[in-house]
Amino acid sequence: MAAPLLETRSLGIRFGGVQAVRDVNFSLAEGELRCLIGPNGAGKSTFFKLITGQLQPSQGQVLFRGRDVSAAAAHEIARLGIGIKTQVPSVFDGLSVRENIWLAAIRLHRRRRAAAAAVDEMLARVGLAALADRPVGQLAHGQRQWVELGIVLSTDPQLILLDEPAAGMTHEEVLRTAELVREINRDKALIVVEHDMQFIRMIASRVTVFNQGAVLVEDTIANILRNPVVRDIYLGKQAAA
Amino acid sequence: MSARAGTLAGLAAVAAFGLAFLLLAPHWVELDTLLDLTVYMIMSILALSLGLVWGYGGILCFGQAAFFGLGAYTYAVAMVNIGESTLPFLLAIALPAGFAALLGYFMFYGRISDVYLGVITLTVTLILFNTVNSTAGPEYHIGSARLGGFNGIPSIPPLNIPGRPEAALDLEGMFYLSTALLLATYFGLRALLASRFGRVVVGVRENERRAELLGYDPRLYKLATFAIGGAIAGLAGCLFANWGAFVSPTIFGLAQSAQIIIWVIVGGRGTLIGPILGSIAMEWLTTTLGANQTTGTGGLADLWSNAPLVLGAILIGFVLLVPRGLVPTLADGAGRLLRRRLPAPAAAPAPEVAE
Repeated sequence: MAAPLLETRSLGIRFGGVQAVRDVNFSLAEGELRCLIGPNGAGKSTFFKLITGQLQPSQGQVLFRGRDVSAAAAHEIARLGIGIKTQVPSVFDGLSVRENIWLAAIRLHRRRRAAAAAVDEMLARVGLAALADRPVGQLAHGQRQWVELGIVLSTDPQLILLDEPAAGMTHEEVLRTAELVREINRDKALIVVEHDMQFIRMIASRVTVFNQGAVLVEDTIANILRNPVVRDIYLGKQAAA
Repeated sequence: MSARAGTLAGLAAVAAFGLAFLLLAPHWVELDTLLDLTVYMIMSILALSLGLVWGYGGILCFGQAAFFGLGAYTYAVAMVNIGESTLPFLLAIALPAGFAALLGYFMFYGRISDVYLGVITLTVTLILFNTVNSTAGPEYHIGSARLGGFNGIPSIPPLNIPGRPEAALDLEGMFYLSTALLLATYFGLRALLASRFGRVVVGVRENERRAELLGYDPRLYKLATFAIGGAIAGLAGCLFANWGAFVSPTIFGLAQSAQIIIWVIVGGRGTLIGPILGSIAMEWLTTTLGANQTTGTGGLADLWSNAPLVLGAILIGFVLLVPRGLVPTLADGAGRLLRRRLPAPAAAPAPEVAE
Protein backbone atom coordinates (compact mmCIF):
# COMPACT_ATOMS: atom_id res chain seq x y z
CA MET A 1 0.00 0.00 0.00
CA ALA A 2 1.26 3.45 -0.93
CA ALA A 3 2.20 5.85 1.83
CA PRO A 4 -0.76 8.04 2.84
CA LEU A 5 -0.90 11.69 1.82
CA LEU A 6 -2.03 12.74 5.26
CA GLU A 7 -1.81 10.80 8.47
CA THR A 8 -2.54 11.69 12.08
CA ARG A 9 -1.29 9.56 14.95
CA SER A 10 -3.08 9.74 18.31
CA LEU A 11 -3.79 13.38 17.55
CA GLY A 12 -5.36 15.34 20.38
CA ILE A 13 -5.81 18.80 21.76
CA ARG A 14 -7.03 19.96 25.12
CA PHE A 15 -8.44 23.39 25.96
CA GLY A 16 -8.33 23.69 29.72
CA GLY A 17 -10.41 20.76 30.93
CA VAL A 18 -11.99 20.03 27.56
CA GLN A 19 -10.49 17.40 25.29
CA ALA A 20 -11.70 18.86 21.97
CA VAL A 21 -9.97 16.22 19.84
CA ARG A 22 -8.82 12.92 21.30
CA ASP A 23 -6.64 10.14 19.98
CA VAL A 24 -7.50 10.54 16.31
CA ASN A 25 -5.77 8.13 13.96
CA PHE A 26 -6.72 9.26 10.51
CA SER A 27 -5.30 8.39 7.14
CA LEU A 28 -5.99 9.79 3.69
CA ALA A 29 -4.62 8.33 0.46
CA GLU A 30 -3.27 10.39 -2.45
CA GLY A 31 -6.17 11.65 -4.56
CA GLU A 32 -8.83 10.53 -2.08
CA LEU A 33 -12.02 12.43 -1.32
CA ARG A 34 -13.22 11.97 2.26
CA CYS A 35 -16.18 13.46 4.03
CA LEU A 36 -16.21 14.21 7.75
CA ILE A 37 -19.53 14.33 9.50
CA GLY A 38 -20.55 14.59 13.10
CA PRO A 39 -22.71 16.69 15.37
CA ASN A 40 -21.78 20.27 16.25
CA GLY A 41 -18.88 20.36 18.67
CA ALA A 42 -17.62 16.95 17.55
CA GLY A 43 -14.21 18.47 16.82
CA LYS A 44 -14.26 18.56 13.03
CA SER A 45 -13.21 22.20 12.65
CA THR A 46 -10.66 21.82 15.46
CA PHE A 47 -9.26 18.81 13.62
CA PHE A 48 -8.86 21.01 10.52
CA LYS A 49 -7.10 23.66 12.58
CA LEU A 50 -4.66 21.08 13.88
CA ILE A 51 -3.86 19.87 10.37
CA THR A 52 -3.29 23.40 9.06
CA GLY A 53 -1.15 24.57 11.96
CA GLN A 54 -3.65 27.09 13.29
CA LEU A 55 -3.55 25.10 16.52
CA GLN A 56 -0.67 23.10 17.94
CA PRO A 57 -1.62 19.60 19.12
CA SER A 58 -1.32 18.70 22.80
CA GLN A 59 -0.76 15.07 21.88
CA GLY A 60 0.16 13.08 18.80
CA GLN A 61 1.37 14.02 15.37
CA VAL A 62 0.28 15.21 11.95
CA LEU A 63 2.22 13.79 9.02
CA PHE A 64 1.95 15.17 5.50
CA ARG A 65 3.62 12.88 2.95
CA GLY A 66 5.46 11.24 5.81
CA ARG A 67 6.83 14.52 7.13
CA ASP A 68 5.95 15.53 10.68
CA VAL A 69 4.30 18.96 10.50
CA SER A 70 2.85 18.99 14.04
CA ALA A 71 5.00 21.93 15.11
CA ALA A 72 5.10 23.81 11.78
CA ALA A 73 3.62 27.31 11.45
CA ALA A 74 0.42 27.77 9.44
CA HIS A 75 2.17 29.53 6.56
CA GLU A 76 4.77 26.78 6.31
CA ILE A 77 2.08 24.10 6.09
CA ALA A 78 0.30 26.15 3.41
CA ARG A 79 3.53 26.23 1.42
CA LEU A 80 3.87 22.45 1.70
CA GLY A 81 0.57 22.13 -0.16
CA ILE A 82 -2.39 22.08 2.22
CA GLY A 83 -5.13 24.61 1.49
CA ILE A 84 -8.21 25.25 3.60
CA LYS A 85 -11.58 26.87 3.07
CA THR A 86 -12.73 27.78 6.55
CA GLN A 87 -16.22 27.50 7.97
CA VAL A 88 -16.91 31.24 7.96
CA PRO A 89 -15.49 32.43 4.62
CA SER A 90 -12.06 33.86 5.34
CA VAL A 91 -11.40 36.33 2.54
CA PHE A 92 -9.95 39.82 2.10
CA ASP A 93 -13.22 41.73 2.50
CA GLY A 94 -11.96 45.21 1.61
CA LEU A 95 -10.33 44.08 -1.63
CA SER A 96 -11.81 43.20 -5.01
CA VAL A 97 -12.48 39.63 -6.08
CA ARG A 98 -9.62 39.90 -8.56
CA GLU A 99 -7.19 41.17 -5.91
CA ASN A 100 -8.23 38.32 -3.58
CA ILE A 101 -7.40 35.71 -6.19
CA TRP A 102 -4.26 37.58 -7.26
CA LEU A 103 -2.85 37.53 -3.72
CA ALA A 104 -3.10 33.76 -3.80
CA ALA A 105 -1.84 33.32 -7.36
CA ILE A 106 1.22 35.55 -6.94
CA ARG A 107 2.72 33.19 -4.38
CA LEU A 108 3.09 30.54 -7.07
CA HIS A 109 3.69 32.68 -10.12
CA ARG A 110 6.62 34.98 -9.63
CA ARG A 111 5.96 36.68 -12.97
CA ARG A 112 3.11 39.15 -13.05
CA ARG A 113 1.90 38.17 -16.50
CA ALA A 114 1.62 34.52 -15.53
CA ALA A 115 -0.19 35.49 -12.33
CA ALA A 116 -2.67 37.70 -14.22
CA ALA A 117 -3.43 34.87 -16.64
CA ALA A 118 -3.91 32.44 -13.75
CA VAL A 119 -6.28 34.90 -12.06
CA ASP A 120 -8.44 35.24 -15.20
CA GLU A 121 -8.57 31.48 -15.57
CA MET A 122 -9.59 31.00 -11.93
CA LEU A 123 -12.25 33.73 -12.11
CA ALA A 124 -13.83 31.86 -15.01
CA ARG A 125 -13.53 28.51 -13.25
CA VAL A 126 -15.38 29.61 -10.12
CA GLY A 127 -17.83 31.67 -12.18
CA LEU A 128 -16.91 35.09 -10.77
CA ALA A 129 -15.54 36.84 -13.87
CA ALA A 130 -18.50 39.24 -13.96
CA LEU A 131 -17.93 40.25 -10.34
CA ALA A 132 -14.13 40.54 -10.59
CA ASP A 133 -13.92 44.22 -9.66
CA ARG A 134 -16.46 44.16 -6.82
CA PRO A 135 -15.23 44.31 -3.22
CA VAL A 136 -15.68 40.87 -1.72
CA GLY A 137 -17.34 42.35 1.35
CA GLN A 138 -20.33 43.35 -0.80
CA LEU A 139 -21.00 39.86 -2.15
CA ALA A 140 -23.60 37.33 -1.01
CA HIS A 141 -22.54 34.49 1.27
CA GLY A 142 -22.53 31.86 -1.46
CA GLN A 143 -20.42 34.04 -3.74
CA ARG A 144 -17.95 34.67 -0.92
CA GLN A 145 -17.67 30.90 -0.51
CA TRP A 146 -16.61 30.66 -4.14
CA VAL A 147 -14.15 33.52 -3.79
CA GLU A 148 -12.53 31.59 -0.98
CA LEU A 149 -12.55 28.41 -3.03
CA GLY A 150 -10.88 30.35 -5.87
CA ILE A 151 -8.25 31.68 -3.47
CA VAL A 152 -7.50 28.21 -2.14
CA LEU A 153 -7.31 26.61 -5.58
CA SER A 154 -5.00 29.37 -6.83
CA THR A 155 -2.23 28.26 -4.47
CA ASP A 156 -2.43 24.83 -6.15
CA PRO A 157 -2.47 22.72 -2.97
CA GLN A 158 -2.20 18.93 -3.07
CA LEU A 159 -4.69 18.54 -0.23
CA ILE A 160 -7.72 20.76 0.16
CA LEU A 161 -9.79 20.96 3.32
CA LEU A 162 -13.31 22.29 2.85
CA ASP A 163 -15.25 23.25 5.98
CA GLU A 164 -18.96 23.33 5.10
CA PRO A 165 -18.53 24.44 1.48
CA ALA A 166 -22.27 24.27 0.75
CA ALA A 167 -23.49 26.17 3.81
CA GLY A 168 -25.78 29.08 3.03
CA MET A 169 -26.08 28.18 -0.64
CA THR A 170 -29.20 27.84 -2.75
CA HIS A 171 -30.00 24.44 -4.26
CA GLU A 172 -28.55 25.49 -7.62
CA GLU A 173 -25.38 26.69 -5.95
CA VAL A 174 -25.07 23.43 -4.01
CA LEU A 175 -25.27 21.46 -7.26
CA ARG A 176 -22.57 23.61 -8.83
CA THR A 177 -20.37 23.31 -5.77
CA ALA A 178 -20.71 19.51 -5.82
CA GLU A 179 -19.72 19.51 -9.46
CA LEU A 180 -16.73 21.73 -8.70
CA VAL A 181 -15.65 19.44 -5.85
CA ARG A 182 -15.74 16.41 -8.11
CA GLU A 183 -13.76 18.30 -10.72
CA ILE A 184 -11.13 19.34 -8.14
CA ASN A 185 -10.92 15.73 -6.99
CA ARG A 186 -9.67 14.66 -10.42
CA ASP A 187 -6.16 15.66 -9.46
CA LYS A 188 -6.28 16.65 -5.78
CA ALA A 189 -7.17 15.05 -2.48
CA LEU A 190 -9.95 16.59 -0.42
CA ILE A 191 -11.44 16.37 3.05
CA VAL A 192 -14.91 17.87 3.24
CA VAL A 193 -16.82 18.69 6.40
CA GLU A 194 -20.52 19.00 5.64
CA HIS A 195 -23.89 18.60 7.31
CA ASP A 196 -25.91 18.41 4.13
CA MET A 197 -26.30 14.65 3.56
CA GLN A 198 -27.60 15.19 0.02
CA PHE A 199 -24.42 17.05 -0.81
CA ILE A 200 -22.33 14.25 0.71
CA ARG A 201 -24.19 11.65 -1.35
CA MET A 202 -23.32 13.65 -4.47
CA ILE A 203 -19.58 13.67 -3.81
CA ALA A 204 -18.40 11.06 -1.33
CA SER A 205 -17.53 7.45 -1.27
CA ARG A 206 -15.93 7.17 2.17
CA VAL A 207 -17.12 8.97 5.26
CA THR A 208 -15.50 9.43 8.68
CA VAL A 209 -17.84 10.15 11.57
CA PHE A 210 -16.61 12.28 14.47
CA ASN A 211 -18.25 12.29 17.85
CA GLN A 212 -17.07 14.00 21.02
CA GLY A 213 -13.64 14.68 19.61
CA ALA A 214 -12.93 11.11 18.51
CA VAL A 215 -13.46 9.04 15.38
CA LEU A 216 -16.62 7.02 15.87
CA VAL A 217 -16.63 5.03 12.66
CA GLU A 218 -15.24 5.15 9.14
CA ASP A 219 -17.04 3.47 6.25
CA THR A 220 -18.69 3.89 2.87
CA ILE A 221 -21.51 6.36 2.64
CA ALA A 222 -24.07 3.58 2.16
CA ASN A 223 -22.98 1.73 5.29
CA ILE A 224 -22.78 4.94 7.30
CA LEU A 225 -26.36 5.78 6.44
CA ARG A 226 -27.42 2.30 7.62
CA ASN A 227 -25.33 2.41 10.81
CA PRO A 228 -27.76 2.58 13.75
CA VAL A 229 -25.27 4.27 16.09
CA VAL A 230 -24.55 7.05 13.58
CA ARG A 231 -28.29 7.51 13.01
CA ASP A 232 -28.76 7.77 16.69
CA ILE A 233 -26.12 10.36 17.51
CA TYR A 234 -26.21 12.46 14.43
CA LEU A 235 -28.54 11.81 11.57
CA GLY A 236 -31.62 11.43 13.69
CA LYS A 237 -34.67 12.93 12.11
CA GLN A 238 -32.84 13.88 8.94
CA ALA A 239 -32.13 10.28 7.91
CA ALA A 240 -35.46 8.99 9.05
CA ALA A 241 -37.24 11.46 6.78
CA MET B 1 -11.76 55.82 -17.44
CA SER B 2 -10.35 52.56 -16.13
CA ALA B 3 -8.98 52.28 -12.62
CA ARG B 4 -5.46 52.02 -13.99
CA ALA B 5 -5.79 55.18 -16.09
CA GLY B 6 -7.28 56.95 -13.07
CA THR B 7 -4.33 55.91 -10.91
CA LEU B 8 -1.85 57.15 -13.52
CA ALA B 9 -3.69 60.45 -13.89
CA GLY B 10 -3.63 60.89 -10.11
CA LEU B 11 0.10 60.17 -9.99
CA ALA B 12 0.77 62.63 -12.82
CA ALA B 13 -1.28 65.33 -11.06
CA VAL B 14 0.61 64.89 -7.79
CA ALA B 15 3.94 64.90 -9.64
CA ALA B 16 3.09 68.05 -11.60
CA PHE B 17 1.80 69.89 -8.54
CA GLY B 18 4.72 68.73 -6.41
CA LEU B 19 7.34 69.81 -8.94
CA ALA B 20 5.67 73.17 -9.54
CA PHE B 21 5.54 73.75 -5.78
CA LEU B 22 9.16 72.69 -5.38
CA LEU B 23 10.41 75.03 -8.09
CA LEU B 24 8.12 78.04 -7.69
CA ALA B 25 7.44 78.43 -3.97
CA PRO B 26 10.85 79.95 -3.11
CA HIS B 27 10.30 82.67 -5.72
CA TRP B 28 6.84 83.60 -4.55
CA VAL B 29 7.00 83.67 -0.78
CA GLU B 30 9.02 85.46 1.89
CA LEU B 31 11.76 83.62 3.71
CA ASP B 32 9.78 83.23 6.95
CA THR B 33 6.89 81.65 5.04
CA LEU B 34 9.38 79.36 3.33
CA LEU B 35 10.59 78.31 6.76
CA ASP B 36 7.00 77.40 7.71
CA LEU B 37 6.51 75.53 4.44
CA THR B 38 9.70 73.56 5.08
CA VAL B 39 8.46 72.27 8.41
CA TYR B 40 5.15 71.31 6.78
CA MET B 41 7.09 69.21 4.30
CA ILE B 42 9.08 67.56 7.09
CA MET B 43 5.96 66.79 9.12
CA SER B 44 4.33 65.42 5.97
CA ILE B 45 7.15 62.90 5.65
CA LEU B 46 6.53 61.94 9.28
CA ALA B 47 2.80 61.65 8.55
CA LEU B 48 3.55 59.38 5.60
CA SER B 49 5.48 57.02 7.86
CA LEU B 50 2.41 56.41 10.02
CA GLY B 51 0.21 56.48 6.93
CA LEU B 52 2.14 53.42 5.77
CA VAL B 53 2.37 51.62 9.10
CA TRP B 54 -1.19 52.23 10.24
CA GLY B 55 -3.12 52.98 7.05
CA TYR B 56 -1.71 50.11 4.99
CA GLY B 57 -0.03 47.85 7.51
CA GLY B 58 -2.91 48.02 9.99
CA ILE B 59 -0.42 48.51 12.84
CA LEU B 60 -1.62 51.25 15.19
CA CYS B 61 1.69 52.60 16.41
CA PHE B 62 1.34 55.18 19.18
CA GLY B 63 5.06 55.69 19.19
CA GLN B 64 5.97 56.94 15.75
CA ALA B 65 7.50 59.92 17.57
CA ALA B 66 10.11 57.54 19.02
CA PHE B 67 11.60 56.92 15.59
CA PHE B 68 11.25 60.59 14.65
CA GLY B 69 13.11 61.63 17.80
CA LEU B 70 15.74 58.92 17.38
CA GLY B 71 16.40 60.18 13.86
CA ALA B 72 16.78 63.74 15.11
CA TYR B 73 19.06 62.81 18.01
CA THR B 74 21.10 60.41 15.89
CA TYR B 75 21.75 63.13 13.34
CA ALA B 76 22.59 65.69 16.03
CA VAL B 77 25.01 63.44 17.92
CA ALA B 78 26.68 62.04 14.81
CA MET B 79 26.97 65.47 13.19
CA VAL B 80 28.55 67.10 16.24
CA ASN B 81 31.08 64.26 16.30
CA ILE B 82 31.77 63.86 12.60
CA GLY B 83 31.25 67.32 11.12
CA GLU B 84 30.38 66.02 7.65
CA SER B 85 26.75 65.16 7.09
CA THR B 86 26.73 62.14 4.74
CA LEU B 87 27.17 59.49 7.42
CA PRO B 88 24.99 61.25 10.04
CA PHE B 89 22.20 61.52 7.45
CA LEU B 90 22.36 57.80 6.69
CA LEU B 91 22.65 56.88 10.36
CA ALA B 92 19.58 58.96 11.15
CA ILE B 93 17.61 56.67 8.82
CA ALA B 94 19.33 53.37 9.61
CA LEU B 95 19.30 53.58 13.41
CA PRO B 96 15.54 54.20 13.82
CA ALA B 97 14.88 51.51 11.19
CA GLY B 98 17.03 49.07 13.14
CA PHE B 99 15.36 50.02 16.40
CA ALA B 100 11.93 49.59 14.81
CA ALA B 101 12.98 46.18 13.49
CA LEU B 102 14.15 45.10 16.94
CA LEU B 103 11.02 46.36 18.67
CA GLY B 104 8.86 44.93 15.89
CA TYR B 105 10.55 41.55 16.18
CA PHE B 106 9.51 41.19 19.81
CA MET B 107 6.00 42.54 19.21
CA PHE B 108 5.10 40.64 16.05
CA TYR B 109 6.94 37.39 16.70
CA GLY B 110 5.67 37.49 20.26
CA ARG B 111 2.15 37.68 18.77
CA ILE B 112 1.23 40.69 20.88
CA SER B 113 -2.36 41.79 20.30
CA ASP B 114 -3.18 45.16 18.74
CA VAL B 115 -4.12 46.88 21.99
CA TYR B 116 -0.87 45.93 23.71
CA LEU B 117 1.03 46.96 20.60
CA GLY B 118 -0.33 50.46 21.05
CA VAL B 119 0.55 50.45 24.73
CA ILE B 120 4.07 49.15 24.15
CA THR B 121 4.91 51.65 21.40
CA LEU B 122 3.60 54.51 23.52
CA THR B 123 5.56 53.29 26.55
CA VAL B 124 8.78 53.01 24.55
CA THR B 125 8.35 56.62 23.44
CA LEU B 126 7.84 57.81 27.00
CA ILE B 127 10.82 55.80 28.22
CA LEU B 128 12.95 57.53 25.60
CA PHE B 129 11.52 60.88 26.67
CA ASN B 130 12.35 60.30 30.33
CA THR B 131 15.76 58.86 29.58
CA VAL B 132 16.91 61.66 27.33
CA ASN B 133 15.24 64.24 29.57
CA SER B 134 17.41 63.21 32.51
CA THR B 135 20.77 63.49 30.77
CA ALA B 136 21.37 67.17 31.53
CA GLY B 137 24.69 66.78 33.28
CA PRO B 138 28.04 67.11 31.47
CA GLU B 139 28.76 63.45 32.25
CA TYR B 140 26.14 62.42 29.67
CA HIS B 141 27.80 62.66 26.30
CA ILE B 142 28.38 60.54 23.23
CA GLY B 143 31.78 61.37 21.87
CA SER B 144 32.01 65.14 21.88
CA ALA B 145 28.20 65.59 21.74
CA ARG B 146 26.61 66.46 25.07
CA LEU B 147 23.04 65.15 25.25
CA GLY B 148 21.92 68.17 27.27
CA GLY B 149 18.92 66.53 28.94
CA PHE B 150 15.85 68.76 29.02
CA ASN B 151 17.91 71.58 27.50
CA GLY B 152 18.31 69.64 24.29
CA ILE B 153 21.14 69.90 21.80
CA PRO B 154 21.54 73.40 20.33
CA SER B 155 23.41 74.63 17.24
CA ILE B 156 23.33 71.38 15.31
CA PRO B 157 25.42 71.87 12.16
CA PRO B 158 23.32 71.76 8.99
CA LEU B 159 23.46 69.18 6.21
CA ASN B 160 26.09 69.74 3.55
CA ILE B 161 26.58 68.58 0.00
CA PRO B 162 28.04 65.05 0.34
CA GLY B 163 31.81 65.17 0.68
CA ARG B 164 31.99 68.96 0.97
CA PRO B 165 31.58 69.98 4.65
CA GLU B 166 32.01 73.66 3.75
CA ALA B 167 29.01 73.62 1.36
CA ALA B 168 26.25 73.70 3.99
CA LEU B 169 22.60 74.01 3.05
CA ASP B 170 20.93 77.38 3.66
CA LEU B 171 17.25 77.86 4.46
CA GLU B 172 16.24 77.78 0.82
CA GLY B 173 18.32 74.67 0.29
CA MET B 174 16.53 73.01 3.20
CA PHE B 175 13.19 73.78 1.55
CA TYR B 176 14.30 72.22 -1.72
CA LEU B 177 15.71 69.17 0.02
CA SER B 178 12.68 68.60 2.29
CA THR B 179 10.20 69.02 -0.56
CA ALA B 180 12.20 66.76 -2.86
CA LEU B 181 12.47 64.11 -0.15
CA LEU B 182 8.73 64.34 0.54
CA LEU B 183 8.03 63.74 -3.15
CA ALA B 184 10.57 60.92 -3.25
CA THR B 185 8.99 59.31 -0.16
CA TYR B 186 5.50 59.65 -1.61
CA PHE B 187 6.37 58.12 -4.96
CA GLY B 188 8.60 55.53 -3.35
CA LEU B 189 5.71 54.40 -1.16
CA ARG B 190 3.34 54.36 -4.12
CA ALA B 191 5.75 52.04 -5.92
CA LEU B 192 6.16 49.90 -2.81
CA LEU B 193 2.40 49.56 -2.36
CA ALA B 194 1.92 48.62 -6.01
CA SER B 195 4.55 45.89 -5.69
CA ARG B 196 3.89 42.30 -4.71
CA PHE B 197 5.21 43.07 -1.23
CA GLY B 198 2.90 46.06 -0.78
CA ARG B 199 -0.18 44.18 -1.93
CA VAL B 200 0.53 41.32 0.44
CA VAL B 201 0.94 43.88 3.26
CA VAL B 202 -2.57 45.15 2.51
CA GLY B 203 -3.80 41.55 2.39
CA VAL B 204 -2.34 40.94 5.85
CA ARG B 205 -4.15 44.07 7.09
CA GLU B 206 -7.43 42.83 5.62
CA ASN B 207 -7.19 39.30 6.97
CA GLU B 208 -4.08 38.11 8.71
CA ARG B 209 -5.27 34.53 9.13
CA ARG B 210 -6.15 34.19 5.46
CA ALA B 211 -2.77 35.55 4.38
CA GLU B 212 -1.16 32.99 6.66
CA LEU B 213 -3.26 30.14 5.25
CA LEU B 214 -2.13 31.15 1.76
CA GLY B 215 1.49 30.72 2.81
CA TYR B 216 2.56 34.23 3.75
CA ASP B 217 4.18 34.85 7.12
CA PRO B 218 2.26 37.89 8.46
CA ARG B 219 4.90 38.54 11.13
CA LEU B 220 7.57 39.09 8.51
CA TYR B 221 5.42 41.45 6.44
CA LYS B 222 4.42 43.47 9.49
CA LEU B 223 8.02 43.63 10.70
CA ALA B 224 9.24 44.90 7.34
CA THR B 225 6.45 47.49 7.15
CA PHE B 226 7.20 48.67 10.67
CA ALA B 227 10.92 48.98 9.94
CA ILE B 228 10.29 50.94 6.74
CA GLY B 229 7.98 53.23 8.71
CA GLY B 230 10.77 53.68 11.28
CA ALA B 231 13.24 54.59 8.54
CA ILE B 232 10.91 57.23 7.08
CA ALA B 233 10.18 58.71 10.51
CA GLY B 234 13.93 58.81 11.14
CA LEU B 235 14.46 60.68 7.89
CA ALA B 236 11.85 63.23 8.97
CA GLY B 237 13.60 63.53 12.34
CA CYS B 238 16.92 64.21 10.66
CA LEU B 239 15.38 66.99 8.58
CA PHE B 240 13.62 68.39 11.64
CA ALA B 241 16.90 68.59 13.57
CA ASN B 242 18.30 70.50 10.62
CA TRP B 243 15.36 72.80 10.27
CA GLY B 244 15.63 74.28 13.75
CA ALA B 245 19.30 73.38 14.30
CA PHE B 246 17.97 72.20 17.65
CA VAL B 247 16.47 69.10 19.20
CA SER B 248 15.02 68.56 22.67
CA PRO B 249 13.29 65.65 24.44
CA THR B 250 9.81 67.09 23.78
CA ILE B 251 10.22 65.45 20.38
CA PHE B 252 9.52 62.16 22.21
CA GLY B 253 6.60 63.65 24.10
CA LEU B 254 3.02 62.50 24.31
CA ALA B 255 1.85 65.55 22.35
CA GLN B 256 4.10 64.74 19.41
CA SER B 257 2.94 61.10 19.30
CA ALA B 258 -0.72 62.07 19.47
CA GLN B 259 -0.29 64.69 16.78
CA ILE B 260 0.94 62.20 14.20
CA ILE B 261 -2.08 59.99 14.81
CA ILE B 262 -4.40 62.99 14.49
CA TRP B 263 -2.90 63.92 11.11
CA VAL B 264 -3.60 60.43 9.80
CA ILE B 265 -7.12 60.34 11.27
CA VAL B 266 -7.98 63.72 9.75
CA GLY B 267 -6.36 63.01 6.37
CA GLY B 268 -7.59 59.46 6.07
CA ARG B 269 -6.19 55.98 6.52
CA GLY B 270 -5.49 53.83 3.51
CA THR B 271 -4.33 56.78 1.42
CA LEU B 272 -0.95 58.49 1.20
CA ILE B 273 -2.12 61.93 0.11
CA GLY B 274 -4.47 62.03 3.13
CA PRO B 275 -1.80 62.03 5.86
CA ILE B 276 0.14 64.70 3.93
CA LEU B 277 -2.89 66.99 3.68
CA GLY B 278 -3.88 66.16 7.26
CA SER B 279 -0.49 67.13 8.63
CA ILE B 280 -0.32 70.36 6.61
CA ALA B 281 -3.84 71.39 7.61
CA MET B 282 -3.34 70.64 11.29
CA GLU B 283 0.11 72.23 11.42
CA TRP B 284 -1.21 75.35 9.74
CA LEU B 285 -4.15 75.48 12.11
CA THR B 286 -1.92 75.01 15.15
CA THR B 287 0.36 77.84 14.02
CA THR B 288 -2.57 80.12 13.24
CA LEU B 289 -4.36 79.43 16.52
CA GLY B 290 -1.11 79.80 18.41
CA ALA B 291 -0.70 83.28 16.95
CA ASN B 292 -4.05 84.40 18.33
CA GLN B 293 -3.70 86.40 21.53
CA THR B 294 -6.28 86.15 24.28
CA THR B 295 -8.13 89.42 24.70
CA GLY B 296 -8.68 88.71 28.35
CA THR B 297 -12.28 89.80 28.01
CA GLY B 298 -13.69 86.30 27.84
CA GLY B 299 -16.25 85.22 25.27
CA LEU B 300 -15.84 83.55 21.90
CA ALA B 301 -12.61 85.29 20.92
CA ASP B 302 -10.87 83.82 23.94
CA LEU B 303 -12.27 80.38 23.22
CA TRP B 304 -10.86 80.56 19.70
CA SER B 305 -7.42 81.42 20.98
CA ASN B 306 -7.36 78.29 23.14
CA ALA B 307 -5.52 76.15 20.59
CA PRO B 308 -5.67 72.76 22.38
CA LEU B 309 -9.40 73.18 22.89
CA VAL B 310 -10.08 73.98 19.24
CA LEU B 311 -7.82 71.17 18.02
CA GLY B 312 -9.48 68.74 20.41
CA ALA B 313 -12.92 69.74 19.16
CA ILE B 314 -11.80 69.25 15.55
CA LEU B 315 -10.45 65.79 16.37
CA ILE B 316 -13.67 64.72 18.09
CA GLY B 317 -15.66 66.13 15.17
CA PHE B 318 -13.62 64.07 12.72
CA VAL B 319 -13.82 60.85 14.68
CA LEU B 320 -17.60 61.20 15.02
CA LEU B 321 -18.57 62.70 11.64
CA VAL B 322 -15.81 61.79 9.17
CA PRO B 323 -14.36 58.64 10.71
CA ARG B 324 -12.60 57.59 7.52
CA GLY B 325 -10.85 60.93 7.16
CA LEU B 326 -10.97 63.69 4.55
CA VAL B 327 -9.49 62.10 1.46
CA PRO B 328 -11.42 58.79 1.38
CA THR B 329 -14.68 60.60 2.16
CA LEU B 330 -14.13 63.25 -0.52
CA ALA B 331 -13.01 60.63 -3.06
CA ASP B 332 -16.21 58.64 -2.40
CA GLY B 333 -18.36 61.75 -2.74
CA ALA B 334 -16.68 62.74 -6.01
CA GLY B 335 -17.05 59.23 -7.35
CA ARG B 336 -20.77 59.19 -6.50
CA LEU B 337 -21.28 62.56 -8.22
CA LEU B 338 -19.48 61.37 -11.34
CA ARG B 339 -21.53 58.21 -11.55
CA ARG B 340 -24.76 60.16 -11.19
CA ARG B 341 -23.72 62.33 -14.13
CA LEU B 342 -22.78 59.48 -16.44
CA PRO B 343 -24.64 56.25 -15.68
CA ALA B 344 -21.82 53.81 -16.30
CA PRO B 345 -22.72 50.27 -17.40
CA ALA B 346 -23.03 48.66 -13.97
CA ALA B 347 -19.39 49.42 -13.27
CA ALA B 348 -18.81 49.18 -9.56
CA PRO B 349 -16.29 51.57 -8.01
CA ALA B 350 -12.72 50.41 -8.06
CA PRO B 351 -12.12 49.45 -4.44
CA GLU B 352 -9.65 51.51 -2.46
CA VAL B 353 -7.52 52.94 -5.20
CA ALA B 354 -4.52 54.08 -3.23
CA GLU B 355 -3.91 57.77 -3.58
